[in-house]
Amino acid sequence: MIAGTIFLQQSNFIDACYIVAFSLFIYGMSGLTGPRTAVRGNKIAAGGMAIAIVATLLTPHVWSGSSTPFLIIFGLVIGTAIGVPAARNVKMTAMPQMVALFNGVGGGAVAIIAWIEYRHHFQSGLSFWVQKSEIPTLFAAIVGSISFWGSNIAFGKLQEILPGRPIKLPGQTFINGALFVICVGSAIALTAGTHSQALFIVGILFAAALLGNMVVLPIGGADMPVVISLLNAFTGLSAAATGIALNNTAMIVAGMIVGASGTILTNLMAKAMNRSVPAIVAGGFGGAIAAPAGGPGADDRGPVRSTSAQDVAIQLSYARQVVIAPGYGMAVAQAQHAVRELEKALEKKGVTVKFAIHPVAGRMPGHMNVLLAEADVPYDLLKEMDEINPEFPRTDVTLVIGANDVTNPAAKNEPGSPIYGMPILEVDQSGSVIVLKRSMASGFAGIDNPLFYEPKTALLFGDAKQSVSDITAEVQAL
Amino acid sequence: MSTITEIAILVLAAFVGFEVISKVPNTLHTPLMSGTNAIHGIVLLGGLLLMHEAHGVLEHALLVIAIAFGTINIVGGFLVTDRMLGMFKRKPDLPPGESAGEIEGEGK
Repeated sequence: MIAGTIFLQQSNFIDACYIVAFSLFIYGMSGLTGPRTAVRGNKIAAGGMAIAIVATLLTPHVWSGSSTPFLIIFGLVIGTAIGVPAARNVKMTAMPQMVALFNGVGGGAVAIIAWIEYRHHFQSGLSFWVQKSEIPTLFAAIVGSISFWGSNIAFGKLQEILPGRPIKLPGQTFINGALFVICVGSAIALTAGTHSQALFIVGILFAAALLGNMVVLPIGGADMPVVISLLNAFTGLSAAATGIALNNTAMIVAGMIVGASGTILTNLMAKAMNRSVPAIVAGGFGGAIAAPAGGPGADDRGPVRSTSAQDVAIQLSYARQVVIAPGYGMAVAQAQHAVRELEKALEKKGVTVKFAIHPVAGRMPGHMNVLLAEADVPYDLLKEMDEINPEFPRTDVTLVIGANDVTNPAAKNEPGSPIYGMPILEVDQSGSVIVLKRSMASGFAGIDNPLFYEPKTALLFGDAKQSVSDITAEVQAL
Repeated sequence: MSTITEIAILVLAAFVGFEVISKVPNTLHTPLMSGTNAIHGIVLLGGLLLMHEAHGVLEHALLVIAIAFGTINIVGGFLVTDRMLGMFKRKPDLPPGESAGEIEGEGK
């Protein structure tokens, strides 16, 4: 063997590579927090990852065994073959569930690795199965499994395979508590050394899997971004635990910074919605049907007023200032390009157009910004909530495109409402409001919106993209 | 490495994680979550390191799955983040003119 190869396989060299790798993760992540440096930050972190993987593949013994090289390459190839097209082809609207899915597979990998670690030390009867690797391994098994199943449920909800509304079982809290006790109790029993059957770990993984399902199922779709962020932090922590069990610095550092930053990010997101993380995890927006009971006058709300594209066009064309408040409906209908056309048509008529971006409009923070940027809407037209709210009283017409909960005045006026206290876009302050909606179905949180029943509100039913195009055509014809 | 050293690393990494994220504009929450999501794909290393110790069909099959999962997490995570960020070519709080130049969007 030539001297260079020997040098490359020395553990000092590999450890040095890991140090470079995690430095790049940290540097890259701090880049991701600023708009100017974000793209570069992401690439730097990816570079760090490449270094960590190559260093690991250089480790002696990694390739030993007749089938090992084939299996390693096979796994890497499958992963790449699935991951690359999935990431390239996913629509911008489906981005949140894609992130959930990528997080889920990460958690799944942690759970599997913990399982293998466990089997190893028991089946080969090694005596160094000491608590040092035992506790982190069991922790990783439980948290990884929760993260995998929780993320899958989150994916199912966002993809609308599962209903987005909270699904609750009777005695939910009790069942969750019991599952948690089973997980932790079994783990303690294993650590204490009273049970050593290899099947025990399967039981733990299974109980944790159930727990992951049960915790995420009752959470309403509107809270999903926060949940995904929380599960992301969980996966990070479990990766760090695996790193301790395997004595791998790169895994410890990378996992822990994700765990820590993920926790902060989860809090920031929850704060933007005026929600607390424990409240979200404890069960979402309490039952959708029960909600209106708290608010007064759910029954005596009048009929809604529907309108036509032509009327809307006239109203918009003769306004001085129009604010467009987009929501998930715009994303689903892929209406952002049509919206851009409408904005151009109105500006040609001398109307001032602004966009009101609620921090959690859509299903992830920044969702609307991404879509509107894709449609070339100038960035300075996008106004954050705090900036646009004082403008509503001076606005003649507000056009709400597929946004619901983020415009719901019940959040301000009805203390009984489940979303009471959430900051909203105060569209009801503007001269008149036009809401584009597919149907009278309530928003993702499953709560009725009194805005629709106000006398100054008119609704235009139909696919958002079609409606916007119709309005644009009418505006241009005027 | 001793347990105490590893725990020290763990604690320091936690503080770094907290510090790095303390101030992020709302707009970047999603890309940041997606980017950190890609970083925990580091578990792939665990799969790579354990493969040669595996016995029997079950363990080999499970580790292939773990490696594939980890790879999906890494490759998909970084690519999706890059695509998301590519959408922000004209930058938010920058004076016009000095922004777009350094950002080349990938992954069309």
